[in-house]
Amino acid sequence: MNQTHADYQLSQLDQLEAESIHIFREVAAEFEKPVLMFSGGKDSIVMMRLAEKAFYPAKIPFPVLQVDTGYDFPEVLSTRDNWVNRLGVRLIVASVEEALAKGIVVDDGKTSRNRHQIGTLLNAIEEEGFTAAFGGGRRDEEKARAKERVYSHRDEFGQWDPKNQRPELWSLYNGRLHAGEHMRIFPISNWTELDVWHYIGREGIEIPTIYFSHQRRVFERDGMLLTESEFNPCKPGEVASERTVRFRTVGDLTLTGCVESTASTIDEIIDEIAVARLTERGATRGDDRFSEAAMEDRKKEGYF
Amino acid sequence: MGTPHTAAEDATAVTTAQNVGRNMDLLRFATAGSVDDGKSTLIGRLLLDSKSIFEDQLEAVEATSVSKGYDYTDLALLTDGLRSEREQGITIDVAYRYFATPSRKFIIADTPGHVQYTRNMVTGASTADLGLVLVDARQGLTEQSRRHAVILSLLRVPHLVLAVNKMDLVDFDQATYDRIHAEFTSFATKLNIPDLQVIPISALQGDNVVNRSEHMPWYQGPSLMHHLENVHVASDRDLVDARFPVQFVIRPKSDDFHDYRGYGGMVASGILKPGDEVVVLPSGMTSTIAGIDLFDREIAEAFPPMSVTVRLTDDVDVSRGDMIARVNNAPVPSQDIDAMVCWMTNEPLRKGQKLAIKHTTRTARALVKDIQYRLDVNTLHRDTESAVAGGLGLNEIGRVQLRTTVPLLVDPYAKNRTTGSFILIDEATGVTVGAGMINSAS
Repeated sequence: MNQTHADYQLSQLDQLEAESIHIFREVAAEFEKPVLMFSGGKDSIVMMRLAEKAFYPAKIPFPVLQVDTGYDFPEVLSTRDNWVNRLGVRLIVASVEEALAKGIVVDDGKTSRNRHQIGTLLNAIEEEGFTAAFGGGRRDEEKARAKERVYSHRDEFGQWDPKNQRPELWSLYNGRLHAGEHMRIFPISNWTELDVWHYIGREGIEIPTIYFSHQRRVFERDGMLLTESEFNPCKPGEVASERTVRFRTVGDLTLTGCVESTASTIDEIIDEIAVARLTERGATRGDDRFSEAAMEDRKKEGYF
Repeated sequence: MGTPHTAAEDATAVTTAQNVGRNMDLLRFATAGSVDDGKSTLIGRLLLDSKSIFEDQLEAVEATSVSKGYDYTDLALLTDGLRSEREQGITIDVAYRYFATPSRKFIIADTPGHVQYTRNMVTGASTADLGLVLVDARQGLTEQSRRHAVILSLLRVPHLVLAVNKMDLVDFDQATYDRIHAEFTSFATKLNIPDLQVIPISALQGDNVVNRSEHMPWYQGPSLMHHLENVHVASDRDLVDARFPVQFVIRPKSDDFHDYRGYGGMVASGILKPGDEVVVLPSGMTSTIAGIDLFDREIAEAFPPMSVTVRLTDDVDVSRGDMIARVNNAPVPSQDIDAMVCWMTNEPLRKGQKLAIKHTTRTARALVKDIQYRLDVNTLHRDTESAVAGGLGLNEIGRVQLRTTVPLLVDPYAKNRTTGSFILIDEATGVTVGAGMINSAS
């Protein structure tokens, strides 16, 4: 047993953890069919940890859904498998390639795999009849997200209506739905990038190795360092070279840039973020750069 | 603003970043205001000076400011996140912002100030430890600043800061500050404001925002940032009256934990310890706490706002919506609730209406038995006639009597912000239409 707390004061990170666990339990109690959207990125790994803690010693009472773009980093997929196996949860993989082949989403040749995830995800939610989908979105990531609720209502078309959100007061969440609608749930809304890193460090949990400094063949495109691969060959004029890099976010490898870094421990990553000049998405996510409202537009359509 | 960080600034940033994972505490504060009173400038200044804004965010705002023909960087663009807000140049919805200094992390609930957004202000204030009210030194107290103070008081936000802004435009005149200070103090006697700090600032020039102003030697108090970093919030929590709303029953039924039965929830108030004699409401059955689990550890005590799992010695019937309290200190189960309600939808609240009510982890149905009066949030006047006749309209706050289908386990909101609050839900649309603060139950 612990010694008693002299000051009855929870650290801010402990307060965030308590709030997130509260949200997981609330959703598990009130929704018929929740699912956890797991990308294998650091935020979704923190969510897995919080879900593990919320229901321990019982198993997590819902499955895990991953949208496979076909362009996922192999390191991310192996981390995903380790987590799923350790916790004994059911994994559902919704494949963008399959959705394209079946005509569920249509490739016009211009749209990124990231955007195709929207249709693939919505189809998976509809097919399985999920009523609540946990996502790892944080309000500090982007200004459209700063206005999103913890319980984010989606209509029958999976759309988010930012002007018509339900007021969210105290820790009272409203999970009412009509048939065909679902709720996106963001249990780590109030966490910042630094909170996520400290939590991963403190919990000593596995994350994909590509978050740490490593050697990689990369080339420069639109000011980002992208991985050279069969899915993403160099265009004329682009030259790949081996550099010492790490990733700040993980997504579709054709769009997710890395940064030059020698940070090989969590503490070194935290020091690096402290003096970073660019947001994690602005620095490394091609999909958020198209316009000032890129995120808002994708969210309205049903993005994470 | 776009200047590179100095080595000293980087060193502070690294210290802050490392402290985030240590024993750093948290202050949630709410601001309300409109375009003109400098709220966005102030928030922009706090974010900039704490290095919480990145270059790509600042560059985007600078580019937009240029394209709109402004000759200054409009920091409001940092906070107005939705396309419609940027187009209209107004803040509509609650936005949450995050920043940290070496000693504390801050969550700002940034809300619009106009009367048509009262519900957004109420929402932002519901979770705040501190409320920040801005006044323009040239104008003094306005209807809007009074309304903000009333809402913060109604929502029992324990600490209030009145920032007298734009002091640079009144030549940093002490008499102007003193007059506003006195006027507000007199107004505040009608409210519940346990802690008030009045600070003269210039958000634009940075006076008394982070550093003490050299222009106002007559002001002996703290800068805004110093006050935010040091205001004592730990003692705001109720550590006496144990309240544990049961959220989720944890029954693994696995080989290792075959007989495990635990009650997951968040401690609303008080301290729970193994060995405590407790009562489960509404059934009234008594038992003893066998143990308290935090993930795979047994802990010696649980206090707010911890999320824990409580085990009892007896195999009593406990389910979601029940509440665990102390035998000699428990809320009274009640179906008749008297509350202040903020109405949040276009169609007015009327006598005789039926709604869903969610209180802690318990959901029931409620009948509106009476609307006693409507509170004018600008003057505190109680408007009886019209409230009864026309119902309670969007953004209006009134005193309402409810009868619920099952007993709720309530405390007065003034004593407990968790067990004293509820939301009302329209059963047809599923929308949250009201927020309630309980006066009493019988």
